[in-house]
Order: sequence, then C-alpha cells, then structure tokens
Amino acid sequence: MRTAVVVFPGTNCEHDVVHALESLGGEADLVWHRESNLTDFDGAVLPGGFAHGDYLRTGAIARFSPVMTEISRMAAEGAPVLGICNGFQILCEAGLLAGAFIANRDLSFICSYVELEVTDAATVLTRGLEVGSRLRIPLNSYEGSWVDPTRSGRIALRYVDDPNGSQDQAAAVANMEGNVAGIMPHPERAVDELLGSTDGNLVLESFLESLVAA
Amino acid sequence: MTIEREAVHRQLGMTDTEYQSVIDILGREPRDAELAMYSVMWSEHCSYKSSRAHLGRFPTEAPWVVVGPGENAGVVDIGDGWLAAIRIESHNHPSFVEPYQGAATGVGGILRDVFTMGARPIGLWNQIRFGPLDQPRNRYLFKGVVAGIAGYGNAVGVPTVGGEVEFDPTYDANPLVNVMCLGILHRDQLVLGTAGEPGSLAILLGRATGRDGIGGASVLASASFEDESQDKRPSVQVGDPFEEKKLIEACLELYERGLVVGVQDLGAAGLSCAVSEPAGRAGVGMDVDLNAVHTREAEMTPPELLMSESQERMMAFVAPDKVEEVIAVADRWEIDSAVVGKVKQGSTLTVQHNGTTVAEIPAASLADDAPVYDRPAIRPSWLDDVRRRPEPEVDDPSRALLDLLGDPGIGSSAWVHTQYDHMLFLNTVIGPGSDASLLRVKGTNKGLAVSTDGNGRLCYLDPRIGGERLVYEAALNVAVTGARPLAVVDNLNFGSPESPEVMWQFRETIEGISRACESLGVPVVGGNVSFYNATDEVDIHPTPVVGLLGLADPMPESPPRLRRAEPGMEVWEVGPTASGSLAGSALQRVLGMDPGGIPAAPQPEMATRVIELAVALAHDVPVLHDVSDGGLAVALAEICIASSLGARIDQDVDLFSEDPHRFIAVFETGAIPLPDDLARRVGMIAGDEIILGPDVTPIPVAEAADVWHNAIPRALGL
Repeated sequence: MRTAVVVFPGTNCEHDVVHALESLGGEADLVWHRESNLTDFDGAVLPGGFAHGDYLRTGAIARFSPVMTEISRMAAEGAPVLGICNGFQILCEAGLLAGAFIANRDLSFICSYVELEVTDAATVLTRGLEVGSRLRIPLNSYEGSWVDPTRSGRIALRYVDDPNGSQDQAAAVANMEGNVAGIMPHPERAVDELLGSTDGNLVLESFLESLVAA
Repeated sequence: MTIEREAVHRQLGMTDTEYQSVIDILGREPRDAELAMYSVMWSEHCSYKSSRAHLGRFPTEAPWVVVGPGENAGVVDIGDGWLAAIRIESHNHPSFVEPYQGAATGVGGILRDVFTMGARPIGLWNQIRFGPLDQPRNRYLFKGVVAGIAGYGNAVGVPTVGGEVEFDPTYDANPLVNVMCLGILHRDQLVLGTAGEPGSLAILLGRATGRDGIGGASVLASASFEDESQDKRPSVQVGDPFEEKKLIEACLELYERGLVVGVQDLGAAGLSCAVSEPAGRAGVGMDVDLNAVHTREAEMTPPELLMSESQERMMAFVAPDKVEEVIAVADRWEIDSAVVGKVKQGSTLTVQHNGTTVAEIPAASLADDAPVYDRPAIRPSWLDDVRRRPEPEVDDPSRALLDLLGDPGIGSSAWVHTQYDHMLFLNTVIGPGSDASLLRVKGTNKGLAVSTDGNGRLCYLDPRIGGERLVYEAALNVAVTGARPLAVVDNLNFGSPESPEVMWQFRETIEGISRACESLGVPVVGGNVSFYNATDEVDIHPTPVVGLLGLADPMPESPPRLRRAEPGMEVWEVGPTASGSLAGSALQRVLGMDPGGIPAAPQPEMATRVIELAVALAHDVPVLHDVSDGGLAVALAEICIASSLGARIDQDVDLFSEDPHRFIAVFETGAIPLPDDLARRVGMIAGDEIILGPDVTPIPVAEAADVWHNAIPRALGL
C-alpha cells in the first residue's frame, strides 16, 4: 500500500508527513507536482506549506498542476486522499472538498496546539475513532478559517475552542463519500511524545487503514 | 581628481583617502562600475574596516571547528558524521526604514549564509529590540518586524524556534533586528565560497536582478539616521520567500549530487561580492558578462547590476562538464539560471557590458585591500557618574514581581512566537519562550541547544563584564537543557565607530566575550558588526548579542521543563550567593530608572562548575531554570505559571538580583544530592499562591499568570 506525498513548489511539510507515515509502518514516496501518473499509488496526501507561495490565493495556482488531474481521478475512484493545511486549501480550490478559506479571525498567523473533537467517525481521517473523543494537535496557518455557504461538507473534526473563526468550528472536513478529507491542524506534528503529543497518530493510522479498506 | 568625480565617491559613502587608495591600486582613476564595486565592498558593513583590527582578539580555534570566521557561516563537528553551521546577522537599519521587508530580508539573508555552506537550515532565532511600546511608532515597528519575520520565515519553510524581545528607551529611534540561523549537514556535503579552478563557470541562480537595494550596504547599513531616513526607502530590498524556498531545495540537490565546486550567496554588495570574494579566495581571475545576468528591469547600468541587492540569488561555480546538469536542476525547481562568468588564470576580475570592458581590477583587492581603521578609543568621561547612580530599593517584593511579569520584555512572548511556525521538521523538543531552544538531530541521540542573549544596560555600565556575562548566561541556558557549550557567534550592535567612546565600549566588549569564551573553551565561529546605531548623534547602549550553540550528547530522555513542578517538590537555588547588586537589572528598568551602579563581576571557575552541574542534573531533575532577567523571583514565578502551582520561599534570599551563574532546581525531597557549598534549599512548591517571604503579600498564581500572559497584548492595546 503506497501513498503519494505530493510536493508543489513551496510545499514544506512533505518530509514530516513521510516521516510520520513511515513511523506508523506506512509506505510513502514524494511526488513532484508535474507528475501525471499516480497509478502505482493507493492513496495520496497533499502536505502543508505554501504551494506557489500562496500567491493569488492559497491553493489557487496549485489546483492547475498536472498532478491534480490524477488526484481528482483517485478521489473519484474512492481512493483515500488527505489534504493537510495548505493541502486542505488546495483540495477546496480543486472542488474536491466543499468550502474555501479566509484569513484567521484575528488576522494573525497561529502556530499553537489546539484541542479537537471527533464529530464524524466515517471518514478517511476518523475511521476507528469515537465520536466525542478529543485530540491535541498543532495548528499552523494564517488562512485557516473555513467557510462553506453551501453547507455541503461533512465535518469530521471540530475545534473545542474556536481559534480562527472557522464555520461551525470545523477543523477537518470530508466529502460525502468520506474518502477525501482535509484537516487544517497538522497530525504529522503530533506523532512523538518528546515533541508534545501523539494524537496525530490516531488520524494518520486511520488514513493508512483506509488504504487497505479502499 | 575632478570635482564631479569627487562628488560621486562621496555620494557612495567613500572618503577621499579611500578613493585615493583605489587610484593607487588601479594606477588610474576608476571607471564608474569599478567605483561602484569598491564603494560597496569597502563599506563598513562589508569590509568591517573599523572593527577588523579588534575582531582578531576572539578565540576561534578548537578541535571541533571545521570552518571558523570569514566564510559565510561557522561550521562545527557534532559527531557521527554530522556538522552544524551557524551564523548571525543584523538587519537594524533596513528594519527601521521599512520594518516588514527589513526583517523579512534579514531572515532571507541569514538563511542563504547557512545553506551556502551545504547545510539544510533547521532553525531560526531572532533578537529584536525596540523603544517602549507606549509610543505608537515603536508599536508600528514591533508589529511590522514580527510580521516580516513570520511572513518570510513561515513561507520559506524554516521554523523560527526561539529568540528574545526587549524594550528599552535606548532603542527608541534605532530598533535592533538580529537574526540567527542554524543548519545541519553531512560532513561530505560541506561547500565553500570558492570559485574553483580556471575554466569553472559562474552560474547565477534564482531571482532576476532589479534595482532594489542598490547601495543597501554602503548607504543604509553604514551611516546613522537623520531626519531624511525615509528617503532611503529605495535602498531597502524586497523579499520573496517562495523564490528562496525553491532556491534552498535546488541548492541542496546540487550539493547532494556533487555538482558544484563552490557557492557564494548574493547579499550585501550583490554581484560585486559574489564574483570577487570566491575568486579572491581561490586565487584566480574571472571574466564576467553583465549582459548574461537575468534582470527584471530594463536598461540597468553596469554599476546598478553590480551593486543591486536583489534577494534570493546565489552564484554557483561549476566545472564545465556539469553545467548542463546544474541548469537542469534549476529548471526542475523552477528557478532561473544563467552562466554569467568564467574563471581564468591570474587574478584579474574583468567585467564586460555591451561588448566593452566596464571593470578590470584585481579580484582580491575588493576584499583584501579594504581599509583597516584602528580608530581611537577612550573610556567615556560620563561612565563614573553613571556607575554612581543609585540602585533600586524594594519595599514590596510582590508588587515588584508583578511589575516585572507585566513587562513586555519579561512577560510571555507567546504573542510573538505563536505567529511563527516553530514546529516544522519535527525537531523542536523545547521551543520559543524557554532558557534555550532544544532541537533533536533525527537519527542520532543528540540534541542541539541554542540560546541567544543580549543586555545593553549591563554593557552600558561595564562593557567588559557585560560581554563576559552574556557568554556565561547563554552557556548556562543551554546547560539546563543538558547541553555543553560548543560554539559562539556574536552580533555586535554599537553606535558610531567615529566616537572614541563607542570604540572603547566595542573593544571592552570583545575583551569580555573573548575572556569568557577562553575560560569555557568555546570558540567564536562567526559574527557580525553593526555600527552607526545612533540617531541624531545619540548612540544606543552597546548591545552585543551572543548566540551560543550547545551539544547535548546524549540528549536527556525527558529534558527539564518549567511545567514539570509538582506539589511538595523542593525549590533549590544553585550557584554562588548573589551579591545583592541590582545594577543594570530588569527591575531598575521596569521602575523607570536609568541604568546605574556597578554590575557584579563573573567568576570563571564557578561558571564552569555550575554549567557542568546543570548538564549532569538535566538528565534527572524535572525542572531547571536559569536565573536571569528579574532574578530568582521571576524565575520561580515562571515555573509556577507553567506548572499552575504556587510556591513558598522560606529562606532569606536575594529575589531580584541578576548576578551570574545561578539556576533554580525543583525536585522531590532527597531525590538529588547537591554539593553543600553550591546549593541552598530556598522553598517549596505548594498551594496556589506565590509567597516570596514570611511577611510578603501572597500573589495568586492565576493573577501572576494573567499579568505574565498578557504583558505584550496589553502593551499593544489588544
């Protein structure tokens, strides 16, 4: 079971995601954004960072990268696709997830641990977690406030205390099928007790298990 | 010398004598482009002409030093085939003119210094100093600088893992913005700034060259500010972190694949520096074609092309058979590249533009023949009066503690550091807002600890003792994480070198830093000098900033943390007994007093003992905390706030003195034997109040926490 970890120019969390997935026994390879064939992969992660410098609008340029055609194909075929932070923003821009992002309510970047509550346990991110259980995972974003006027996204995780003005305090959102999900906080940063939390493992394990199930 | 020409060299910041030296070197009057190159390379910022005579005092050698001062960054061996590269620099003047871009490009520049060496940058620190926040202009500068560091550092993808913030009237019209970067690399990936053999090609990588930052080094960084400083805004560079991120990845791939013989970044003095220094180091000449430089503005003149400080550019020196591969790597990472020069025999740097020679000069003369000034140094006449000024007296210790905790320089830095990505790369074991940052080195048992410390008030009262104490404090800061001091970099922020009193402060500070480094056996592997920190002829307090790298090997499995105190644990003060001096202390500043008094001298032998003890204790003791700004009272309060527990001091101790070589240890009764002559039990962790003594009003921890957490937001009116 292999996961493609997509690297756009300006992506910066790709090595951390590979480290975290591999530490859980997953198999992950970096894939450059110009790649147009992901048939060897069973799922994909779009990691955090600043794809194309976040210029124009977060994710607005990245959605046109050649690799996104393949990401859309995988999503349609039911393969697990996970966007973290900037990856979440790109999936929204690509129309694979509902909603869009605006700047945090206080108009400043937030790098800090936040507490999350599981609200939907039937997504690629939350399989095997209990609704109502809580996770402590770092948030790291400026345009982190999710808005969805259509109210068509499935909210998988919500912030216990609202850090950024996100609609319904949504921290993670999935498509209706549950195989495509975006999470604004960084689960790959919470995989080692020495660094402060291991709760990210629960989310990433769920993703790896989904690869097998899909 | 024509009158017209005289005007040009003076406009470029050159003295008549310096101009004559250029004529002597060339045997003729310089062409425009040549004059431009000498003016930037011989600027104070690039040539260290006023400081070089003194910088030789620093001890720079140790068996683990791989690259000492003089290259783009210092490099030390941390064992198991790994090296660490470290560098510090100032961006004071640009940040005053345009705080966001000034700070942002400071971050960009320091990163390039480190990845030029072959290292992947893994952490950034910044040391920022402003006037008090009750002035709107200081709030603007502070917010702008923090936003600039966040905007660039976050987007470029290197975590900002520590630093310090200070507010003092001395920086009212001259903020200090120092940035430091640490990188790591495998031993076989070390790259130096050399042009290599004749036949090598110079490939300019990265962003296109524009007119931004022309004369930044000579015009901005090498003169003090008067009323027209806003007119200098065109001299401030504009950064693009996205270009830098791509440049980092492209360069690291070039190093990994062994495609370059040398690399030099384009920072101050731009192309002039990037072609002349590597050629000078390699003892070769070079032909450069300015028409090959990729530009983003039309009709740039040769002097503009040579002086531009456009950001995010690197010069790679490449053997002819590797050129295609290098260009392919640049294409893949979507950065521009252009072959702009060819290394040749001899020592002449020849620059062509539109088919004519615009410069033909000895390459090494730009760096090696720069003037060296041994400027007069005189002990300030006012110093004795200042040292006779009164020290503060404390009637109500609890009130004093709350005043200190509410000071934006002492209170929580969370408002600042939560705007910085400080977790990327999964190395941050101890992050910002601590004595030292501690980064693990994945794949090893090692940790790298870094502390940065400055204290202008102390150095104002006694620059030698101030310099010494900074090194000892930084060393103790890393020791409480379990790391032994390994190397020092320094950023010397001073007033005008043309003032003999400033030069005396400068010389004394270097003496102090050198003595402490010698005593600890720690080499200075790099540094930066920023002179002309003065506005309207008022010099800032001498403000050296020491960045100290420590190695924890092995790193403690569970390093001490302030939040690990538990009810019933004992509180011990370790180190010499304080003298009671409050000279230059934070309390003196918070009470609105001018710095005054005679600071306590350090005790070198004691320092070594205390540092060794702290390193050993870090493996077993849950809480270790250096005593510094605000003394024992603030250190204890910080432990209480982090642990959400009270504490009671039941011995007669000095609460606010900042005398050196002291730390607090908190642990279960009897758990840790400490030497009697070095450690005293002073109290215990208990309840939910901080009680500083038998007859002192208790402070609820919740109140102390509120004051401490909100120190910066309140000062900003948020």
